[in-house]
Formats: sequence, C-alpha cells, structure tokens
Amino acid sequence: MTPRQRLCLFAVAAAGLAACYLWAFAGLPGFGSYPGPYGPAIMSRVIAQTNATGAVSAINFEYRGFDTVGEEFILFTAAAGMSVVLRRLRGEHEEGAREGQSSAPGAAASRQVPATSSSVRVVSLLLVGPTAVIGWWLATHAQANPSGGFQGGVILATAFFLIYLSGEFLAFRRLSPVALLDVAEAVGAGGFVAVGVTALGMSLPYLYNYLPLGTIPGAVSSSGTIALISFLVGIEVAAAFVLIIGELLDQSLLRREGSS
Amino acid sequence: MTPNAVMDVLQVTVLVLVAAGATLVVRTRDRVRLVLVLSAYGMLLAICFFTFQAPDVALSELTVGAIALPLILLLAIAKVRKPE
Repeated sequence: MTPRQRLCLFAVAAAGLAACYLWAFAGLPGFGSYPGPYGPAIMSRVIAQTNATGAVSAINFEYRGFDTVGEEFILFTAAAGMSVVLRRLRGEHEEGAREGQSSAPGAAASRQVPATSSSVRVVSLLLVGPTAVIGWWLATHAQANPSGGFQGGVILATAFFLIYLSGEFLAFRRLSPVALLDVAEAVGAGGFVAVGVTALGMSLPYLYNYLPLGTIPGAVSSSGTIALISFLVGIEVAAAFVLIIGELLDQSLLRREGSS
Repeated sequence: MTPNAVMDVLQVTVLVLVAAGATLVVRTRDRVRLVLVLSAYGMLLAICFFTFQAPDVALSELTVGAIALPLILLLAIAKVRKPE
C-alpha cells in the first residue's frame, strides 16, 4: 500500500466518521434538557421522605445507598492492598533521612531532605485548623448541602498532610499511628454495613432509614441514617487517605534495604 | 444581560479554559511541573462542574483531582527519582 492509497483510505474513513458524528450530534437532546423520570420524581419527594435538603446525599446514602457501600469498599480495599504491598518485610531495616537530617552517611546522604522554609511552615500550620474544621463540617453536613463524608474525609486527611508539610514528620506520625488508622478505617467501613444490617434485624429492607428524621429539614439532627452514614464514610475516607499517603511518605523518606 | 445569558457565557468560557488546560497538561513534559499543572487543571474542572450546577461533583473533583491525585503522584516521583 503506497502512502497515497493510505491517505485516500484515511480520507474516506474520516469523512464517514465526521458524517456519522454530525448526524448523531444533531439527534442529541437540547443542552441541559433531562428527559428522565427519576430526577423530578426524587426532587418532589426527597425532603418529605428523608428530611434532608441535600438531595444528592439522600440519593447517595439512602436511595442508592447500596451502590455507595460498594464504592466505599473500593477505597477500603485500595488502602488495605497498599498496606499489604508496602509492609515492612522481614530482613528490611530502615535507614532514615528524616526532617532534614540524615542519620546514615554515604548513600542516604544523597537523598537528604532539604529543610522546610519558614514561610511554608507558617502557612501550613495556619491552614491546619481551618482545614480540619472545613473537613469536619463537610462530613457532618451531608444532609444539609451537597457535601458528604467522602469530600469531608479527604479534606480532613489534608489537615494531617499540612502538619507533615510544615516539617513535622514525627508529629504527623505521632498523630496518625497506623494501628489507630486501621481501627478508624474498619469502624468507618464496617459501621456503614452495620447500619444497613441493623435494618434487616428490624425486619426492614437493607439500609432502610430507621432513625428519627428530626423536625427541621437539613438540620444536623435530621435525616436519620443519612447523616450517620455520611459521618462514618468521612471517618473511613480520612483514615484511608492518611494511611495511603503515610505509607507513601514512609517509602519516600525512609530507605529500606534488605540486610540479607 | 439576563442571568441565563451570564451563565451561558460563564459555561462557554470555562469549557474553553478546560480544553486549553487539558492541552497544557498533555504538552507538559517535566514530571514535577506536570503534577502541578494537573492539580491546577483539577481545580479548573471543579469550577467547570460548579458552573454546570453539580456542586457535589465539583467538591469530589476538588478533593481528588486537585489534592489527592497530585499528592500521590508527587510522592511516587520522589520515590523513583534518582539521587542527583
């Protein structure tokens, strides 16, 4: 096949694709139009049924709560897998290059971590408090606005990374012991399932909203299991992210070498 | 300008910016710079979702695309980078 033939073939194929694409494009529904029945059906019932003004959270944690369990366990499995793959193996010992000081001369010295500049330290330390508050607020207000445990959890975890960024690797490690993270992650993930299974024990469908819905729509005390599950997801996600990043930090900062 | 027209202008502007940002991400060669550009692009995508009235997706994109993913990539780069 000569280049010229190839070009002709391409031109024919490209013209065909362009024609089909434009044809399909012309048949699309108008921009922003939503012909499906589910959106309006949920929007007209959500506050009466769940007392949650955050309709997205109501869908995530109640109407489609079953999907969300699966999604949560994706992250849980990822964090667990990471811990297993990056665990300290027998025969490995740590050679630290921490906090800007290298303990081992020679090879480790070339990986010395530069000292954190004071402007980075100050900004990170100033941001720790507000970040933690915003994360907590997002994780506990899923019923009121389109936030939720997932976003809140990641931002809560960010507060821990800011502590690390301010040069306090040891403080970061002391604040997030792996054993505690494991427990928090398990409680978060297991709590979600437990909330659902409890409904089965009460002869209700799985993940049925059996808690009192409260009186004020969107208040922290409203929406029953939606707020509870969102909070549990927040704990799980925060723990999982601190665990994953902590493992990676260990990998980057500590040299592990086989002694055998 | 009516509120609808303002939204239209905003949406088109953000879409053009997202297209430009994606091109920039692909064109960036230096790895560390790529991660920073990717983080900014995640921020841009979050704004895009927000202008299309999906604040929950915007929040998720902000946390994952602008924070978590760049952080993990930076750490991975720090791990594999050869000592100079």
